[in-house]
Amino acid sequence: MYFEQLVTSFIASAAFGMLFNTPKKALLQCGFAGMVGWLLYIWLQDMHVLRITATVVASYWVTMISHLFAKRYRTPIIVFSVSGIIPLVPGGTAYDAMRNAVENQYDQAVQLGAEAFMISGAIALGLLLSEVTNQLIRKWKPRVV
Amino acid sequence: MEDLVQREHEIMKVCLLAGQIMLQSGAETYRVEDTMVRIAASFGVDKTHSYMTPTGLIFSMEDPQPITRLNRISDRTTNLHKIDRVNSVSRRISKGELTIAEARRELEHIQRTGDIYPLWLRLLMAALASGCFLIMFHGIWPDFLAAAVAGGLGFYCMLMLQRMIPVKFFAEFSGALAIGLCAVLFVKFGFGRDLDIIVISSVMPLVPGLLITNAIRDLMAGHLVSGLSKGAEAFITSFAIGAGIAFMLSFQ
Repeated sequence: MYFEQLVTSFIASAAFGMLFNTPKKALLQCGFAGMVGWLLYIWLQDMHVLRITATVVASYWVTMISHLFAKRYRTPIIVFSVSGIIPLVPGGTAYDAMRNAVENQYDQAVQLGAEAFMISGAIALGLLLSEVTNQLIRKWKPRVV
Repeated sequence: MEDLVQREHEIMKVCLLAGQIMLQSGAETYRVEDTMVRIAASFGVDKTHSYMTPTGLIFSMEDPQPITRLNRISDRTTNLHKIDRVNSVSRRISKGELTIAEARRELEHIQRTGDIYPLWLRLLMAALASGCFLIMFHGIWPDFLAAAVAGGLGFYCMLMLQRMIPVKFFAEFSGALAIGLCAVLFVKFGFGRDLDIIVISSVMPLVPGLLITNAIRDLMAGHLVSGLSKGAEAFITSFAIGAGIAFMLSFQ
């Protein structure tokens, strides 16, 4: 079950990288970042962690890994993080919201829409937290060396 | 003095070009602004201001003569390759490896390059990604092909229409319409089973995931105008996709 998710999330993230014109040398890293993020997300969901919390944690680690790659390969971080983040985007929830709206069930639609918005916010929060962490590390390092 | 002003104008052109390429390729707001300021600083101009919104770019320099220029941006895509290359040009400029004229030539060269992967490969990847998303969203393997075909076809529709008609909304709407049509037909003729999951996974290549995330992040980082307008763009795109799908579902 996890193996299936591992392979498909890797391929999906790398394929998305190609849609976004990611340079060839970065494709495998994109796939890796996406895979780690997605595995973390479904694992947390299986542990019955809230979906929003799981999203924050997953996007935090996707960005941390992307930061490492960005430093290692001297490439802008966005190259790695974008395709890693894509699987976490609440496409399904947004779709359900839309579907309910079409079927005139506006109360459901608004609820699901709000959920989709909160999850997008959670992704951004994870991104931001990881950026802050990195800035802290950068500030802290010179004193050690 | 005359020479200095001339030089300043040349630097201005390089900075604006770099900013424009990055903005059109989907770079983050802070990176675009930062890159322009950095390039100017590497050429010895310290007092600069840069301001970016998704639809325009303003850059001003104060020394030796105050000049300000504006670039209007109308089309934006996601091209990480270009961002990477502009970034490395900017890095080389700050190391002092490039003169102003050389930097400009390199940037113009980058601006002319298009997608690095051929169309058929991108379509194949869109299809593959859709199929993989189906499995990730707990779909069943027999639906893999249905999602892949619908996803690839929808993506193709969107790309083709975007080339013909410069209204992004319409292209996205038609892409979603094609996906909805495929999915409904597949399920009807027994080629696919779970309509919802097939649609969700094949819509993924159209979803403005990058925009939504960048919008909220820009807002949190204090780039209020950029954040709001990116959010608006993401909303319009989501609405186009949703409307296309909804249109199809209402006939079901």
